[in-house]
Amino acid sequence: MAKRVLILLGTKKGAFILDGDAERRSFALRGPFCETWPLNHVIADPATGTIYAAGGDAWFGAAVWKSEDLGASWTHSSEGLAYQEGEEPINTVWSLAPGHGGLYAGVQPAGLFRSDDGGGSWRHVAGLRDHPTRPHWQPGGAGLILHSLIPHPDDERQVWVGISSAGVFHTEDGGATWEPRNRGTRADFMPEGQNYPEVGQCVHCLVMAQGMPDRLYQQNHCGMYRSDDGGRGWKSIEAGLPSSFGFPAAAHPRDPETLYLLPLNGDIAGRYVPDARAAVWRTRDGGESWHALREGLPQENVFFGVLRQAMATDPLEPAGIYFGTNSGSLYASADEGESWRCIAQHLPLITSVETLVVEA
Amino acid sequence: MPNDGSAPASPPVSVTLPRALLNLFPGAERRVEVPASTVGEMMDALDARWPGMRDRLCDSRPAIRRHINVFVDGERATLRTPLTPGTEVFVITAITGG
Repeated sequence: MAKRVLILLGTKKGAFILDGDAERRSFALRGPFCETWPLNHVIADPATGTIYAAGGDAWFGAAVWKSEDLGASWTHSSEGLAYQEGEEPINTVWSLAPGHGGLYAGVQPAGLFRSDDGGGSWRHVAGLRDHPTRPHWQPGGAGLILHSLIPHPDDERQVWVGISSAGVFHTEDGGATWEPRNRGTRADFMPEGQNYPEVGQCVHCLVMAQGMPDRLYQQNHCGMYRSDDGGRGWKSIEAGLPSSFGFPAAAHPRDPETLYLLPLNGDIAGRYVPDARAAVWRTRDGGESWHALREGLPQENVFFGVLRQAMATDPLEPAGIYFGTNSGSLYASADEGESWRCIAQHLPLITSVETLVVEA
Repeated sequence: MPNDGSAPASPPVSVTLPRALLNLFPGAERRVEVPASTVGEMMDALDARWPGMRDRLCDSRPAIRRHINVFVDGERATLRTPLTPGTEVFVITAITGG
């Protein structure tokens, strides 16, 4: 059966969808959707094909949008997506992840919600904000955001989250209690001698290796890391990379040893690609070695960055890799990163890139 | 308090909604009459008619959203502002964006 791939884009001014063929040669752009709301994450549930878009509008607040017809029509809801009266209200929804028969949402200020009716209504997974370390959580540049969300693929009790700047947390009791999982990750922004705290690390992006739930990769404000024990301990894998700073990470859809990063030149150096030359960096050995992928990417006067949710893979063979820039361009590779081309430009700032493969 | 039918309905007030809000609620009308004796009750009445509309205009503090202005008799109102029968209420999107 022929396939088509949909590239789902969250942007500062709504959602866009690129419709592509299975060869990923031609793409057609649709959008903007969601009334041009600023969106942080647009995803699809591969089990149902439903598309969800998370964000928050300056006038009308935070909500999760939903389309059950691949973007042709949309509804929105924020029922239950609120903290108690008197608390700082939710400003925006930052991240979405289907899992465990429901849909999870991470919000700003950092907290976790779950929907069991396809985004129609939400309930607070309050155990996370009850964590005794919460007074020590510090907002990063984008605020105190819960941006990474990984439901365990087989165990409904387990979820990992990433919060900037609080670090990685894990629950193994369905969200009632949480454990920080930051051992081995640096906080260079803390005073000397206090660089490995229990919490407070600025995790930028957390992903799980396909087929290996105990293997996690992390792009941090201060380095790149791998864990082989579900985040209990982290090992630096930044040797061989041009920088210790970046935002996105994308796991290969089949090979747990293969990871894609897009390092930027540094947190106080402009946060664009190193040497103003665009490259995606790939490891095929779990981070032991790295290779720059540049063919087809601009190599002169490039001053864009790529945000934490703006790189993704597709599950086709060979895997497609995509990243969207903060200057509104989308680059695609149909050969696992060997070669690239720009498939959309002049879009608003791209906050997220995800994929959905459907029957043609 | 929402009107649950156990108390006499408040007299109606006239509300003009912002066009950007109408885009979020298919079928919503720009100018509506709802029973309410405070702005908070007006929000409840709008929400009863178009579920979810209160969340778009108010946050969970609870308060009118920062970039939404509600004008009653030409003055910016809060959720507690009283409404008298026949009052003209304007809900307006404030200047913001980027």
